[in-house]
Amino acid sequence: MKYDVAIIGGGVVGALTARELMKYKLRVCVLEAKDDVALGASRANSGIVHGGFDPVPGTLKAKLNVEGTRIMKTLVRELDVHYRQNGSMVLAFCEEEVEHLKKLYERGIANGVPELYLISGEEAKKREPALSESVAGALVCDSAGIICPYDLTVAAMGNAMDNGADLFCDFPVTAIEENGGIYTVKSGEKAIEATYVINSAGVGADTVAAMVGDKYTITPKKGEYLLLDRSEGGLVSYTIFQVPGAFGKGILVSPTADGNLLVGPTSELTEKGDVTITLAGLDKIKAIAARSTEKINYRKVIKSFAGLRSSCADSEDFIIEFSKNAPRFIELVGIESPGLSSAPAIAVYVAEMLRADGLAMEANESFNPTRTSCRHFGTLSMEGKNEMIKADPAFGHLICRCETVTEGEILAAIRQNPPARSLDAVKRRTRAGMGRCQGGFCTTFITELLAKEQGIDETEVTKFGGSSYMLCGKTK
Amino acid sequence: MMNYDIVIVGGGPAGMAAACAAYDNGTENILIVERDNALGGILRQCIHNGFGLHRFGEELTGPEYAARYAKMVAERGIDYIVDTMVLSLEKGEEGTVVTVMNSERGVFCINAKAVILAMGCRERPRGALSIPGTRPAGVYTAGTAQRYVNIKGKMPGKNVVILGSGDIGLIMARRMTLEGAKVHVVCEIMPYSGGLNRNIVQCLNDFDIPLKLSTTVAKIHGGERVTGVTIAKVDSNMRVIPEESEYIECDTLLLSCGLLPENELTSAAGIALDPITGGAVVNENRETEMEGVFACGNVLHVHDLVDYVSEESAVAGKSASEYIKNGAKKAALMGTVKIEKGNGVRYTVPQKIDVTGANEEVKVYFRVGKIYEGVNLKVSMNGEQVSSAKKRKMAPGEMEFVKIKKSVLDAAPNGTLKIEIVE
Repeated sequence: MKYDVAIIGGGVVGALTARELMKYKLRVCVLEAKDDVALGASRANSGIVHGGFDPVPGTLKAKLNVEGTRIMKTLVRELDVHYRQNGSMVLAFCEEEVEHLKKLYERGIANGVPELYLISGEEAKKREPALSESVAGALVCDSAGIICPYDLTVAAMGNAMDNGADLFCDFPVTAIEENGGIYTVKSGEKAIEATYVINSAGVGADTVAAMVGDKYTITPKKGEYLLLDRSEGGLVSYTIFQVPGAFGKGILVSPTADGNLLVGPTSELTEKGDVTITLAGLDKIKAIAARSTEKINYRKVIKSFAGLRSSCADSEDFIIEFSKNAPRFIELVGIESPGLSSAPAIAVYVAEMLRADGLAMEANESFNPTRTSCRHFGTLSMEGKNEMIKADPAFGHLICRCETVTEGEILAAIRQNPPARSLDAVKRRTRAGMGRCQGGFCTTFITELLAKEQGIDETEVTKFGGSSYMLCGKTK
Repeated sequence: MMNYDIVIVGGGPAGMAAACAAYDNGTENILIVERDNALGGILRQCIHNGFGLHRFGEELTGPEYAARYAKMVAERGIDYIVDTMVLSLEKGEEGTVVTVMNSERGVFCINAKAVILAMGCRERPRGALSIPGTRPAGVYTAGTAQRYVNIKGKMPGKNVVILGSGDIGLIMARRMTLEGAKVHVVCEIMPYSGGLNRNIVQCLNDFDIPLKLSTTVAKIHGGERVTGVTIAKVDSNMRVIPEESEYIECDTLLLSCGLLPENELTSAAGIALDPITGGAVVNENRETEMEGVFACGNVLHVHDLVDYVSEESAVAGKSASEYIKNGAKKAALMGTVKIEKGNGVRYTVPQKIDVTGANEEVKVYFRVGKIYEGVNLKVSMNGEQVSSAKKRKMAPGEMEFVKIKKSVLDAAPNGTLKIEIVE
């Protein structure tokens, strides 16, 4: 099959771009190196939909962040994604930092950020009683929100697929050739053809760019996080930042869209692929977060994890441009924070670039912008639930006790686009195994469901694709 | 709406024992709600022996112990529903409204005059331990591995390191060895084991599996599947000593680092929990701070032996039955004795004793915070010594109890009872 557009990378930007392109009569595919979408930066990040006061005015980051955050509010309804406009608060702890807040405020106004204002330290503590005594002032942005980044990515990819896009997983791109106006994108023996190619490979974007002769250097920065039990999710209601400064930037304390409490991230230059958790990193998180609030109960940590930012050494701003060396090849490089917030706007921006380059973009009247999440059941009333259980008794069978996930929801995750093929993929879609016992009870049941649905043996079920097998064989 | 005198949440050893005791006390309209497909709870996967020595005077396997109680439930004709999850508890006009869900009937409500919570506990996962390193496949809690091996007949791995010397970890060290796996070592971060002594002897020593105390897993290695772990000694603050570490090649890490009572339902209902036990705060009847709601077994506090679970659950079952018989009218309360945790005592259950004059002798269970040898266990009321007993050895892994006489309670119904270790 020959595609109009091939997107390399199934992260939030790739998935949303694919979905955006399905609004037109185009043949689109997404090429993902791993066994599922949202496995790079889109899996492990803060899940913040930023207001947009941080980027320097006039940059792509500023423009696309503010626009993306605006689009996000409609998008999450169409895609049935958990999102909460909880607002954000940047804290200052001394007069000097209060001055810095004013600069951030002015920047925000220049960027067109709505619902942005300064408050006193007293007012901040009144709104957030858990905050430390030493808070001297805060910048509040009520238009900021929180979202589950992989939920958004899965939903966007699923909706794109429902509208006809193709997803190729386990397709790490190894070579790109252009011949007579057609690109051949190869992954070992496998290959697809496309007129346009979009490099949205995140941390791997420099490697992919090099295949067409473009030189960029990705310098991945690792961020480690601590995730706390839902019982702690109410410690703060805003996303709490600190003024960037001597203590580094970016250790936030925030509720998550699913009601947990998130603390992190650190920021350390590292190598690609390094998402190890370190004692030093976790200690650092605790030390810096303590400035914002001393009331974090670390006994309630249920998970520590790390993600990589796709920072680019060549530019502070996002790089979104046509390749200088290859025609019809768009480079999306250095899509670090606020990449998640900007993603919906990046998708529109890229579509416009394609149109301007001459790609015929005829509206697709049959485009359906909505998708129902496999987690929809949990949001229903008792009557609604009973209707679904009547139609499919699997919805009455509870599998994950911590997060109240039913067999019906897990089967939906395995069956709907993009299908979950591993335990972690089920977990990301349904939250089964994401609660306080972290899969202690439900893992064996989900292994069984995955095997049955895919017609494979349980020993072939993986945690996250590749050779991440859960079992090694039978007992004696 | 369905109506029952007592609804019991959980059909494991606690729920079944509570049901039988309530029934035998004259309350017959009982429903047990079980989320799994049969009664028995976690005992169904505990195929090893060692259960029932106190309760039945003989050594049974887990499934055998569970079957005895299931038989007692059946003989009494006590109602139970399986594959059914309790979603919430709410105060109703009369008693408690229990909302449940199953495949057959969907979501529905049951009215209960009294409720007994018996949901058991779960294992502390890797995340809660924040072990540095990668996050590959091959890291399981010991109980998950136990289910794979004993129920599903599948092996989670062949080269095993176990972190934590809780009883399930010790049992799984032996189990994995019997199934042909190589268990390299059991690491315990504390300077003593959290498991029963008999399990250390029978599951580790008998199989030449080393137990390394004051040792933890400092790092997990491996991209897709575990390829090894770095184990290291810890100092007295439980911080890793990097100089005293070693790398062990393995494909599996099992965790047995403590059990956590499963109290989502309890806290969602607004019932106060004890931060140490993780279970509800209860009086001597195992009644929580929500009237007519009782708790027993591992959901209340983690027990070392199922025999004690049965004993405690019988107290809760009988109390719930009494509560119903008396039409929710409590015997005149003379006062509440507060139980104070003295030196060395981590927690007590119950946390308080309501004195009505009708009390019998009250057994107060407790656990100590470290290993004690040749000490005295002192009990005092309002500062005056009630009893003192010599103890040869006390360990955090083994539950202890003291009996408090009726006369002591009646004499000081609003007193403070202190339990302490005198070194």
